[in-house]
Formats: sequence, structure tokens, C-alpha cells
Amino acid sequence: MSRKYDSGALSLSRRQLLKAAGLTLGAAAAGFSPFTSAQSPHRTLNILSWPGHADPFAVAEFEKLHNCTVVAREYVGGEAMLGLINQAPPGMFDVVMADAEYVDMLRMGGFIDKLNPDDYPIADFFPEFQHFEGHWDGDDLYSVMLRFGYIGMAYRTDVFSPEEVTSYTALWSDKAKGRLGMFDWYLPTMGCLSLRQGNRPPFDIGGAQFDLLKKSLNSLAPQVSGFYSMSNLFSMLSNGTAAIIPGIGDWVVNLLQKDGVPVAAVVPEEGGLQWTESLSIVSSSRNKDLAKAFIQYMTSPEGQIRTARLPAYVASIPNRKGWELLNERHPEDARMLGLTLDGPNVMDDYAKGKIFLRKLPVQQEIDQWNDVWTAFKSA
Amino acid sequence: MNSRTVIPVTTGDAVVPTGHAAPRRTRRRARGARFALGLALPPLVWQLAFFIGPLLVLVAMTFWSVKMFRLTPDLALGNWTHLLSSSFFWDAYLYTFWVAALSAVLASVLALPVSYALARKVSPRLQRLAILLLIVTFFTSYPVRTYAWQIVFSPSGILNSLLALIGVEPILILNTTSATVVGFLTLTMPLVILIQTFAIASVDQRLIEAAYNLGCSHGRTLFTVLFPSARIGLILAGTFAFVLSFGDYISPALLGGSRPPTLSILLTDQVKSGNHWPRAAVVAVTMILTLLTVVLGMLALAYRKKGAAA
Repeated sequence: MSRKYDSGALSLSRRQLLKAAGLTLGAAAAGFSPFTSAQSPHRTLNILSWPGHADPFAVAEFEKLHNCTVVAREYVGGEAMLGLINQAPPGMFDVVMADAEYVDMLRMGGFIDKLNPDDYPIADFFPEFQHFEGHWDGDDLYSVMLRFGYIGMAYRTDVFSPEEVTSYTALWSDKAKGRLGMFDWYLPTMGCLSLRQGNRPPFDIGGAQFDLLKKSLNSLAPQVSGFYSMSNLFSMLSNGTAAIIPGIGDWVVNLLQKDGVPVAAVVPEEGGLQWTESLSIVSSSRNKDLAKAFIQYMTSPEGQIRTARLPAYVASIPNRKGWELLNERHPEDARMLGLTLDGPNVMDDYAKGKIFLRKLPVQQEIDQWNDVWTAFKSA
Repeated sequence: MNSRTVIPVTTGDAVVPTGHAAPRRTRRRARGARFALGLALPPLVWQLAFFIGPLLVLVAMTFWSVKMFRLTPDLALGNWTHLLSSSFFWDAYLYTFWVAALSAVLASVLALPVSYALARKVSPRLQRLAILLLIVTFFTSYPVRTYAWQIVFSPSGILNSLLALIGVEPILILNTTSATVVGFLTLTMPLVILIQTFAIASVDQRLIEAAYNLGCSHGRTLFTVLFPSARIGLILAGTFAFVLSFGDYISPALLGGSRPPTLSILLTDQVKSGNHWPRAAVVAVTMILTLLTVVLGMLALAYRKKGAAA
């Protein structure tokens, strides 16, 4: 006969008590499971990123899985990102998205944690991206590549033919007069013009080459229609105010093409730049487990096909299994993005040696390049 | 009554006789002053904490430096010398001043007929409705309204489509100073109309009637009686338009194509690339000093007594 706890209102046998305890412990354990956070308290994951990366299209599944909300503090331009993370109080951000050229600065500033490469699907990446410049310090990993794209020129196909835009020289053509748009960030545009000058690599140039770059940039002044923010780029290409814009690429064009705007992107014969967006865990984060889970998710095939088709701006992805899944589920998008496994794809330009990593100026201060750009805007 | 006479003085509840009683008027004045100070203290503290304090920090920041993207308190003149010796700074300054002044004059002139009609000609009901509609514009998003102008002014936008219907060649307004001015007018016109309307409405009607009785024509009455009488409001309306236009970022960026850049665009450029908050602070302080000078000058002009030396 089992003992009963005689409370008058509640009576429990030992068996019932053990069963209840077991259920309680099981529920608590389930709450710590990496596969579901249904029982855990709702958390917020704060990310510092380029626009659009907390879009439900990309993160809704992750949020459901981990019972959290992803909140993005958005920036435009790597320097803006550095400024924000420098001034943020500890714990404000959990994950930071940085372009490759800024990862080193984050690491040297003590803002990001060393990562365990075994935690992330780096082995599934294309070989070119597994030990990518800027992401490692020797054998220590600090950032995992999420997506990338190429920078050359975007142009309206109702104004320019493909043959007319094989070189950056098209920027000086009569067709471009008064219709040359400029993305209002010095780095990509000046990098492209540096490539046109024959500088390899484009951001590591001496004083004489820098003076030539200044002259080259200022000679474009009569062609310029205006300097545009990221959102304004889309408007100006759509409404035809800008017929050609250097320093941007597929990430602008693919979205407009979906809306039927006659635009295309090209990496000219002089070469193009590569931008990358990579994820790191912020050292002062109070949600490091969630931050790690986020990076794991976004670099997994499922996360990769979402980030490739991000509504804000599309991109190429480094995970080969992500390519396979994209071709299986969304073959049209894979074709549009150049992520097909049979036939020409975005890795071809890489193989031809036409692509150079976008970097910060090496032999000059950032201020010097930025001042040249500011003066150019007044020209 | 001799010098020793006790004069009872009331202080609230009790009558307190005093040998050397301060005059009642002085005590009442002191009470009044304390009451006024008590009322004024909260907004004063607020102004000190949230205006004067940050302003002082802003001025101090102009002497700081940036090392590895971190703000570092310093005492360096480098930010001032760098910007004040740069041609792009003065280009932006002169352009900003000129286009803000142009917009202020245009807003004042274009608003005048509307304000006059609202103040003097329409029924009180229509006047109230018009004022309400003008106030409602402040509750709408200015960037959204500015984006709408992009749709109107784009090469194949509404304006050029209409011009094409009547066989006129398309005109390129977007990314020009004209588009920037349109944006400034979008921002300032409602406020200018409101201020002018109240100023004109407050002019004594008897002055107008006297002018008519003395044989003045309609036009002469307007320009020699009505507008001079409403001078203060008219000048202040224009001044507000200048202040708003001078500091605006949206219209020069979205409609003007940041070309040439205004001071507000220059300010954001300093922060956007290189994170140079001290240099941005230099631009900001320069703008504040300019606006302060203009506002004080316009106030002096508005309240100048007729016939006084300039």
C-alpha cells in the first residue's frame, strides 16, 4: 500500500510524486534543448548589420525555433558600423555583420570572439571561401562568411548595350553625361576607378597613383547626376535618372530586374571588387549561445538560401550545399543569381582572376580618400 | 501716528505685529518673485540639462580627436583648421546659405496672397478649416512627401508625362537646385502661411479703413499700411523658413542629389566615413552660430522702431 500525503485537499502517492517530478525535470531539460526553445523564456537577439537582415523572410524560422526576436540595428558603410560598435554600451549587440575588410579592425579592437571552426559548416563552403582573407588570424577564426557579391557597374539596358559597358571608360561616354549616378560611399567607386587605372591591388597605391586617381575621379564631375544613398540608388535607376552607376553590382540590379526594370550589372574587363558580409559574435554579448545558433543557422543550407534571396538585396552564398538546395527548391532564383551548378556561374569571374577584395586604403588614411570624395561632390 | 506705532502685517493666517515692518509692497514683490522663479525653474532646468548642456558638449567635441574610430577627449585645433581651410567646406557653406535664403524669400512671397486671403477675405469657418489643414501637414511624414516629389519629377514622372501630352520636351528637375528648393518649400510653406496669416489678421482693421477713407488705393493700402503693420510676423515667418531650410538634410539628399552638398550633408559625410564626430561637430557649431546671427539680425530688423537708426 503506498503512503499518502494527507493534506485534505491534495493526496499524492510516492509513484505519483516521482512521476510528477520526472515530468517536471523532463520539461526543464527540454527547455535547454538546442532543438526547441518552446519552454525557454523569450529572448531578443540584437544584430548590427546592413539593412534588411532582420527581415522575417530570413529570420522567422530561426525566431520560431529559438523562441526569440531578431532585432537589427542597421548601418550603411563599414565605418558607420565601427562607429556604432565603438560607442555601444556592453551587451547592446550580440552579433555583428561586417565586411571582410573590417573584421580585422573588430578583432584588434577586442569587439569579437574567437570562434570554433568546427561549430560552423565551413567545410561545405567553396574552397575559395574556407580560409578567407580577414576572417582568420593565423589558425584562429573570428568571422564566418554569410554572403558575397561583386562590384562593377550597373546600367540601364535601354541606354547602354552590353558591348558599350565592357570597360569603366563607359562612365566618360556621351551617353553617361548627366546620367552618371554615384553610390555615396567613397570606397567602392574609387576602388573601381583604381582598377581602371591598372592598379592591382586597387587599394594599395602610392602617392603618385593616388593623385592620378583624384584626377580621374574629378574628371567625372560633368557626367554626374547625383550622389545617392542605398535606397535612392534603386529609385534613380528605376526612374531612369541614372543610366549607369559604378561601384555597385548584382545586389541592386537583381531586385530591380524582378520588377521589370531594364537594368543589368557587369564586371568590366579591368576587373571588379568583391564585397563580403560575415557574422561574428560580439564579445560583450549576453546571449552568446543564441548568437552562435544564429550564425550556425544563417550559414546552414536553409539559412543560406534565405539570405541569398533577401528582399532588401540579393547576394551570392559561399556554402556549396546552399547552392544545391537553392537549385533544388528555387531553380529560377538560382539562375537569376548565377548560382547554378551546371553552366556559367558567379565563380567564373573569380576563376578568371578579375575579382579583387574590397579593402580599406593601405598607404593613405581613410580621411584622405574621404576628403577627395567630399571635394569631388562639390566639384 | 508716531515712529513706534505697531503696524500689523498679515502673513497668511496670523496677524504679526512688527516694530520695523518692511513695506507690504516689498514683501508682496518678493513673494511674487519667488513664485515666478518657482514656475520658471522646471523649464529652466530642462533647458540647461537638455539644451545648454549638450551644446557645451558639442562645442567641446570640436576639439576632440578620433583614434581607431574611437572618440578621444582632446584639445586639438586640427578639426577647425582642417575644415575651415577646405574649399569644399566653404562651397557647402555658401551654397547652403544662398539656397536657404532663396527658399525663405520665395516662401514669403508665395505665401503672402494665401495668408492675406485667409486673414482678410474668407469666412471665419473657411479660415479655421484652412488653418486646420495647414497644421495637419505637420503630422505627415516629411521624407515621404519628399519621396513623392521624386515620382513627380523623375524623367518619366507625372510632370514630364503631362508635358509630353502637350508636346513639350521633358525637363530634368530631379537632382538640381530647383528640386531642392521645391523640397524646402514643401517643408516651410505651411508654417510661413500660418505665421503670416496670424500676423495679418492681427492688424487693426481701423487702420485699413482709415487708409481707404483717406483715399488710398487697394494696393497702396496693402503695401503702405497692412504689410508694414504686420512687419514683425512677416519677417519672423521668413526667418523660420530660412532656419528650417538651412538645416534640412532630406531635400538636398533626395531631390538635389547631394550635388552640391549642403552643410547638413557635409556633416553626415564626416560621420558616415571615418566616424569623424569632432569634424561633424565643427560643421554643426558653424551652422548654429550662423543661424543665431541671422535670427538675432532678423529680430532686430523686425522690432526696429520706425525712424530709428539702423
